[in-house]
This record gives sequence, C-alpha cells and structure tokens, in this order.
Amino acid sequence: MVAPTELPARGTDAAVTPRSGDRPLRVVAPKISLRKRAQAVWEYRELLGEMTRKELTVQYKNSILGFLWSMLNPAINLVVYFVVFQLILKNGIPRFAIYLMCGTLVWNFFSMGVSGACGSIVGNSPIIKKVAFPREIPALAQIGSALTQMGFQTIVLVIFLVAFRSGPAVAYLPLLVPAMLALVLLATAIGILFAALNVKLRDVGYLLGIGLQVWFWGTPIVYTYAQIRDPIQFGHSHYLWLFVLYRLNPVTPIVLTFQRAIYSVTSPKGAGGVAVHILPDHAGLWWYGWQLLAVIGFASALLIFALTVFANREGNFAEQL
Amino acid sequence: MATAIEVRGVSKHFRLYHEQFTSLKERMLHWGKVPYEDFWALKDVELEIQEGQTFGLLGHNGSGKSTLLKCTAGIIQPTSGEIMTRGRVAALLELGAGFQPAMSGRENIYLNASLLGMSRKYVDSCFDDIVAFAELEQFIDNQVKYYSSGMYVRLGFAVAVHMDPDILIVDEVLAVGDELFQRKCFDRVRQFQREGRTIVVVTHSPDLVRQVCDRAAVLDHGSLVGLGSPAEAVRSYREHLLRRQAYLDAGEMTEMLTLAQSDASPAAEVPSLQAGRASDTSAVEGAARSDPDTAVHDSDPRDGARSTPVGESTLTISYVHFEPGHSSGKSYVETGAAMEVVIGYSSTGTFTDVVPTVTVYDNKGVVLFTASTKLSPTEIEVTPGSGEFVFSFDSMPLLDGDYPVTVGVTSYDEYTVYDWQEQQHTLSVITRNSQTGLIFVPARITVRHAFASQAPVGT
Repeated sequence: MVAPTELPARGTDAAVTPRSGDRPLRVVAPKISLRKRAQAVWEYRELLGEMTRKELTVQYKNSILGFLWSMLNPAINLVVYFVVFQLILKNGIPRFAIYLMCGTLVWNFFSMGVSGACGSIVGNSPIIKKVAFPREIPALAQIGSALTQMGFQTIVLVIFLVAFRSGPAVAYLPLLVPAMLALVLLATAIGILFAALNVKLRDVGYLLGIGLQVWFWGTPIVYTYAQIRDPIQFGHSHYLWLFVLYRLNPVTPIVLTFQRAIYSVTSPKGAGGVAVHILPDHAGLWWYGWQLLAVIGFASALLIFALTVFANREGNFAEQL
Repeated sequence: MATAIEVRGVSKHFRLYHEQFTSLKERMLHWGKVPYEDFWALKDVELEIQEGQTFGLLGHNGSGKSTLLKCTAGIIQPTSGEIMTRGRVAALLELGAGFQPAMSGRENIYLNASLLGMSRKYVDSCFDDIVAFAELEQFIDNQVKYYSSGMYVRLGFAVAVHMDPDILIVDEVLAVGDELFQRKCFDRVRQFQREGRTIVVVTHSPDLVRQVCDRAAVLDHGSLVGLGSPAEAVRSYREHLLRRQAYLDAGEMTEMLTLAQSDASPAAEVPSLQAGRASDTSAVEGAARSDPDTAVHDSDPRDGARSTPVGESTLTISYVHFEPGHSSGKSYVETGAAMEVVIGYSSTGTFTDVVPTVTVYDNKGVVLFTASTKLSPTEIEVTPGSGEFVFSFDSMPLLDGDYPVTVGVTSYDEYTVYDWQEQQHTLSVITRNSQTGLIFVPARITVRHAFASQAPVGT
C-alpha cells in the first residue's frame, strides 16, 4: 500500500539532522532573581520598542487629528489654569504660561506613565495569558509612550520659549539629566508596583486616579513653592507638620529643578516693579542636586521593592486575569 | 542525545475562589471569609524530554496538561519545582495572540514576532516568506480587523512557524482551521521533526499521539500516571478515562436515584438505600442504552456482574494469532480470503460480561476497522482456565502491507479493562495481484455502448 504523503519512518534517525549551535538554558522556577529578570527585559528590548510604538499608534488610529489629540488634553488644561489663576485669581506670576508648562511637562509624564502602567497588565491580558515574555514590558512600554509624549510637549515648550523670548538658566540645565532620571525611576517604580497590585484588586487603579489628583495639587505646579514656604519661614503659619509632609513629596524637587532651569528666574519683577518670590533665592546647584540624589535613591529602593512584589505575583497573572 | 526539557518536581497550586471578589468593597464585606478551595493543578511532576523527540501529553480536560504546558513555556510559574529548557521555546497556545485589530498585517507581524522573541532584523529577512506562507500578499497593509478569521489564524501561524524554535509547544492549535490549513500545519510539524527539533503536543486525542509522537505521558488530576511509547501511553490514558467515566456515571446515577426517590410516593416501597441502588442501577443503565440488546439486560438484571472482583480474579490475553481461514488452505493471510484472529486468554475467575475487541490501524495510526461483541446480543462468559476468542472474517479486504493491531478485553460497560494490548501486534497481508490502495473492493467492470439509433449531434 502506498500513501500519497509518506511520513518519515520514526525510530530511524536517517532523516533527522541533529541541530547544532548553542542553546540558551532557561529555568522556569517559582522565584527568578532580579538580575535574571533584568536580563530578560534586556533581551526583549525590541518588544519594548514595538509595544511603545503600538501604544502610541493604536490609541489614535482612525481619528483625523490622530496624535494631536494626545497634545490637546494637556493644552486645554494649560489654558484653563492660565485663565483661572492668572486672569481671575490674579496670581501675578510673570510669564505664567512658561512657568505652568515647566510643571505640567513633568506632571503629565508622571501621571500618564503611572496610570498607564497601572492598567498595563490588565489591559494586555490576552497576551499575558498566552505568550511568555517578561511581564514588566507592558508597564515599561507605557512609561516609554509617556516619555515620547513628553518629548512632543517639550517641542511646544521650546516654541513658547522662543515666542516669549525667554532663555533658560544655562548653568542649571545639566541638572535636568538627574531630574529626568529621578522622574523616570519614580514613575517606573510606582507604575510597576500598581500594575502588579491591580491584577488582583481592581480598586487599586481607581485609588491611584484619586491619589494622583491630590498629588497634583500637592506639587508646586500651578502655584509657587515660595507661596507655601514663605509663610513657614517667616513664622506666619502653624502648619509646620503639613509643610514637612509637603516637602516629602518626591516629585517636588524634580518640578523645582525644571522650573529653575527653564523658567530660569527665582524672583522676577512682576506688575509695578515688585519682585514676586517663586523659587528659593539663595539655593545653588547643590540645593537641587542633593534633593534629586535623595529622590533617585528613594526611587531606586522603591523600584527594587516594586519589582520584588511584581515577581511574587507574576506567576499567577495568567490565572487571575 | 541531550535533554531538551527537564521537569523537576513541579507542583502548581491554585486557590479556587467560589466567588471572585476583585473590588475593595467586596473584599471588605467578605473580609477573611472568602470561601476558597485549595487545588493542586500539578502534583510533583517529573519528566524528561530528549532533544529531537516529539512528545505527547495526554490527559482529559482538567488533568493539568495545559498547566504543565504553560509552566514549560514560562507563561505561569510553578508553585514549587523547576523546569529547565534548552533552546528557544515557541509556544503555540493561541494563534495570533495579541494581534492589534487597528494595526495593519505588516505592523502586526513585527509586533507579534517581537512578542515571540524574534528580532526586527530577523523578521526583515523572512518577512516575505511569512506573508507568502499566510497567503496574504494582497492584504498585508490592511488593518487586521478587516481580516476573516481564516486569514487571522493563517497570519498567526505563519509568524509562529517562522520563529525557528528549538522546542515547539503546541496546544491543539492544529485542530483549528480548514482541512487545507490543517494539512499545512501537519506538514510543518513533520518538517520540524525531520529537522530534529523537539516538539511537545498537548492533546486529548489518542489518534494524534499515535500519528505524530515518539513518546507520550499521561496526566490525571495533576499527577503523571503514564509514560512511555505512544501505544503504552494511549492504553494508560484509556484506562484512566474509562475509570473517570465510570466515576462520573456513578455520580450521575446516584443523582438520578435521589431524584427518583424524592419523587417516589410515600406509599411506594423503598427498601434499604443499598438494595434500592443495586437494582435501580441496572434499570437506569438498561434504559440509557439504545443498543439492540437492551431487552437482554432488562430481562436479566445482572446484579452479580457488577461486583466482578477485578482485584482478585484476572483475565489476561496470552497470545494473538492471525490465521488464514480453514477453507482457504493457505498458510498466510491473503486479500479477499477468509481470516481468523485468535485471541488466547487465561482466566482465574468467572466473568460474565466479557467483550473482546480487535482494532486494525493503518501505518499512520488511523483506525481502519474495529470488531467486538459490543453490538451483538450474545453474552460471553468466561470460566476459570484458558481459551480462545475467535474472530472470523469471511473476506479480508485489506491490501498488501503490515497493519498494527490492538486487541483488548473489557467488561461490557467498559468500566473495567481486563487486558489491553495497544498496537502490539502486526497483521501482515499479502495481495496476489497488483492492486493499489488500502482496501480491496470487488468490482465488475463492463462497457456500455451508446445505442446506434441515437443520431449523432449536428445533422
């Protein structure tokens, strides 16, 4: 009897060519060390790029304005803050638009990155359930996509700087590097932590939303740092503990650094030639530098903690989704 | 040959919550008293798979085979133990998992490929092959949401098979798609086998295991219960399946009984629960069957048969012969002639419900025919001692070749397998003429001429 397509006779190795080359050894175990995890993320860096690209393109596919929509939301916020604080409340901050943009640039990245990362595991459940890849990648891709949007907003900021003929404080510009490092580390740490927790308890996502709102107003973005600090320094306020709490906000040093470097002046002359206190007058490079170092240290510790929590829960993601 | 996959003492524990409380409010309300059940999906599984092997994982639904597969692929992590894999692992659990409907086929190829661990450079080099394999040249720049489900699956498979894995893990995805696509999948699996890649197939189809695997393992309730050649594994799987079936049926029957009893009027005489159960069982069983022999069972309630002490008495197959029919006068089995399959048995007890079975396969493991007394109303009773079951075939239709044969002896209800020899015998057939094909179908060929009176067309 002759079958049309004969399968190779099994049991004989005649048709089987042994495969050559080295084979990476992989171990699947209940616990995988942080170093191994980092290695895996590095091996999958192209996936990180692809997923970031996906996050950026998919959201605004089939819309005429497309990517512009992602710029529109922060732009409207900016206009509203400007109208409310400058025109209605008359806060008297010169070049308020630029001051605002320094803060919102940082905050938009932080809030978008953290909340995006928080929902990333749940949002990617189809692939989490069916494909093996480092589970940190979707969260990191959200950070990456927020970072890209921050890049576009920076371009808008530069256009504003040119339009207002406002130059940055060149001596403070290098501080933006540690500030960015601190910002990305912090957002990644919080994002990964919440991404892991959100799988089992969806409230975490909603809580984060509320938390971010409070956090925004606890950061000197639409008002100035001096407005909070001065009453304390001159003994007008009894809420010292509140100020201490306020100073523990790790985003504040980052925002202050951006404002110092880009808004560039500490006490500009406002309407009628009166100096308006905005940033600490006698704070040098190191005042900012030390704070940023502290934030980097804190964020790194938090990141390790977040990755540990993530690693402990990761094994059951596929089941709990 | 080196080990490709090593599974060392792997267990996986799940908590089965009877209700999943995923919001804080519900958690607060049910604080500390969320009912759950501990469930071990895998219990201390030890397994080694050699490089170049095609390995089958058999098990019924919920046996833990998919959990083991997911652990091996690294999708979930075991609770304890570890799994080592040597080489690149590709797990085809779902074709086109993670396709983005809003993105084009082209973009999705790159995204899916990077998800499977391929580099962009590598995908560039085989992009055209992938598109050609998926037969989507015209549509590759269309958004995937406009694809038909067939196109979707083809694209997913095309990406997956181009990732050049050392270890391919397949979870019954081969069972999707149309016949042509399945053919293509099978061809790929065969090609991977020839290339010496390791393949792990998870399935509950014994036929698939027989067709493609070198070795197989059987999982039942999270434990490894069988490991060996496909034939041995299939036998072990069958037994477990039958036992499970018996268990389920028994549960069902108890349920029916309770219903029947609660329906029964107080006046109706219900003896003791035990006795009622024994007699009712055969009645339910008889009614459930639509076999022609239902009457036989009804008229003859075999209360004793059920209690056949399997552990004490044994019924074993001692030999199997294929003999040409006495009338043929030949010493070999010939196509179209009579044949007898003789199964020798030896028994240490009395069995009243014996069903011998003979199944003949082709060399791909496809069942050609089965013969058993299951459908005939005759009851076979076996007494202590030895004897033969003789299957007589008047005209054996198979053509020249060697055919694997499975013989087995089970109880009528198949809850008990007395003995089973899975493809351990070979039926050799000789054909005198040069017929081709698998079976011989006698045919008379005549020629019918057109009637001359019919006028040719065109005049």
